[in-house]
Amino acid sequence: MNIHEYQAKEILRNYNVAVPRGKVAFTVEEAVRNARELDSHVFVVKAQIHAGGRGKGGGVKLAKSVEEVKKMSDDMLGMNLVTHQTGPEGKEVKRLLIEEGINIARELYLGIVLDRSVSKLVIMASTEGGVEIEKVAAEKPEAIIKEYIDPQIGLQSFQARKIAFGLGLSGEQIKNAVHFISSLYKAFVESDASLAEINPLVVTAEGQVLALDAKMNFDDSALFRHPHILEMRDQHEEDPLEIEASQYKLNYIKLDGNVGCMVNGAGLAMATMDIIKLAGGMPANFLDVGGGANVETVRNGFKIILSDSNVKAILINIFGGIVRCDRVAQGIIEATQSVEIKVPMVIRLAGTNAEEAAELLKNSQMNFEVAQTLEEAAQKVVQVLN
Amino acid sequence: MSIIVHKTSRVLVQGITGKEGTFHTLQMMEYGTQVVAGVTPGKGGQKFEGKVPIFNTVKEAVDKTKANVSVVFVPPAFAADAVYEAADAGIEAVVCISEGIPAMDMLKVYNYLKKTGTRLIGPNCPGIISPGRCKVGIMPGFIHKEGNVGVISRSGTLTYEAVDQLTRQGMGQSTCIGIGGDPVIGTRFIDALQLFKDDPDTKAVVLIGEIGGTAEEEAAAWIKEHFNKPVVAFIAGQTAPPGRRMGHAGAIISGGKGTAAEKMDALKKAGISVCKSPADIGKTVASILKKP
Repeated sequence: MNIHEYQAKEILRNYNVAVPRGKVAFTVEEAVRNARELDSHVFVVKAQIHAGGRGKGGGVKLAKSVEEVKKMSDDMLGMNLVTHQTGPEGKEVKRLLIEEGINIARELYLGIVLDRSVSKLVIMASTEGGVEIEKVAAEKPEAIIKEYIDPQIGLQSFQARKIAFGLGLSGEQIKNAVHFISSLYKAFVESDASLAEINPLVVTAEGQVLALDAKMNFDDSALFRHPHILEMRDQHEEDPLEIEASQYKLNYIKLDGNVGCMVNGAGLAMATMDIIKLAGGMPANFLDVGGGANVETVRNGFKIILSDSNVKAILINIFGGIVRCDRVAQGIIEATQSVEIKVPMVIRLAGTNAEEAAELLKNSQMNFEVAQTLEEAAQKVVQVLN
Repeated sequence: MSIIVHKTSRVLVQGITGKEGTFHTLQMMEYGTQVVAGVTPGKGGQKFEGKVPIFNTVKEAVDKTKANVSVVFVPPAFAADAVYEAADAGIEAVVCISEGIPAMDMLKVYNYLKKTGTRLIGPNCPGIISPGRCKVGIMPGFIHKEGNVGVISRSGTLTYEAVDQLTRQGMGQSTCIGIGGDPVIGTRFIDALQLFKDDPDTKAVVLIGEIGGTAEEEAAAWIKEHFNKPVVAFIAGQTAPPGRRMGHAGAIISGGKGTAAEKMDALKKAGISVCKSPADIGKTVASILKKP
């Protein structure tokens, strides 16, 4: 799950990770009130959307007075912010973060991620602050400092010191950086984060080390033990169809094509999308209905797929293992009686009781194509499109 | 031969009295797996289906029944504890079916197990089957057939699809192992390949990967150096968008890394036959193994 910058900074503040003073605003009035409370000479007005590259898109502005905060907030709230991560359609700005301005001396990078190839958390740091870490990794890999953490003993102080010295810090800055890194690690582990990125991490003219920006993602599997983080979910940042699907406990991701697909299992669902494309079509979605695939899940699956007006045909691909195909076929027949389906449909049921299932589908007098193999299913669905 | 699970494996089910545990234990027994014990804390002394003794702890079950393989069906919040308990009792291989275990829990489990003699398969996997001998997991047994092809996969139903294609081509399997769809898993492609390398009955291997991480690239490099049996690979998610988790917790292209294209390229460069279409897996293996 993703959260906004201001929410990440709230979490960090609770762990004594240094962040600039600031507060979220949903209206211009709130923005002005926040600015007054800050009692600063310089303010930063930051658009809060779940996408990077906000500065370049005009979503981060420096204000020299409360009056300017008011004007900028007025401009920014409701604007459609386009960045390289939002796609050309952009995202509407509904929340702002009003922060104090910081006297920046140096901009650095600090991040924590899970390194899957060694199954350990890794802290990455670089002196190239403000630059995407992927870019640094590609162009100047030697500029990245890495410290791997043994999960059984956690981050040790010497590791934080290695990073601090490696970043070329000195004196009081070292102490501040070690405290920052250790606190960030604690926040990461205790909140079951999957990513924390402080870009830039800044050193102020006064020697303070703080998070000018903060991005945190969380492990969906661990949200059950973090209800306060789950509350930070912002549904405006998600596709409404995907939200609806998640209420039905369906795993759905909307794509750009016109062949809706319904599959059991994530790997097979991806493979089905792939074969649709190979056959000359384009998948409209990823939809994993899970192992069960009963009448209820099939009906909900249809509802979700058909809510996408781009869908011109449907491909159902179920490999019945434990779930019997004849029951899935029964589910499809029943579901089609309660949901109106105007687009052509190709059904491929394989595995347990596949023959009985084919018989049921044939006898149902309904209007769909039946396929035996994955390949045939993909070809048929592309044919019915044309 | 087969790898990890054999005719002689003595299987213990952790969470045997739960809905999933009960159902799949019956299926495993029907397949012919020797299920020798179950564990459900508080239900020790009872019998599962009047046959399999239930114990309160894994230790007790191992002492009394000599179980050496366990399969975990407990809910994700308690799964890490179940794996530790199995390792503590000296179980050789733990197969963890549970989906949705926090990655932070799995990091600790993975790094702890490295210091023990216990192998973990999964989590978030269909399990492992040596056709005709032993099934430890939730896969449909009847699609499998005894034979010489090893299968390693990050997926569930896609593995069944591949196995079904192999069986229809008349090619049986030595062992099929679902390594799991999570970012942190106990047995990786390379670990399984190492075992298949030493298994005389495995003549070829099917490797089914998907987007996310770099496990396929690492496997490709390892195969090139150390593995001389034919390998056929398929990578799911060629049409998956970046930045989105495709069902499995580990299936995500992040920071432009972990794409299907990169993985297919790495595998091809290592001399591996890569299928573009998931429908070609069986045919491709047949064309290699059935060469006159």
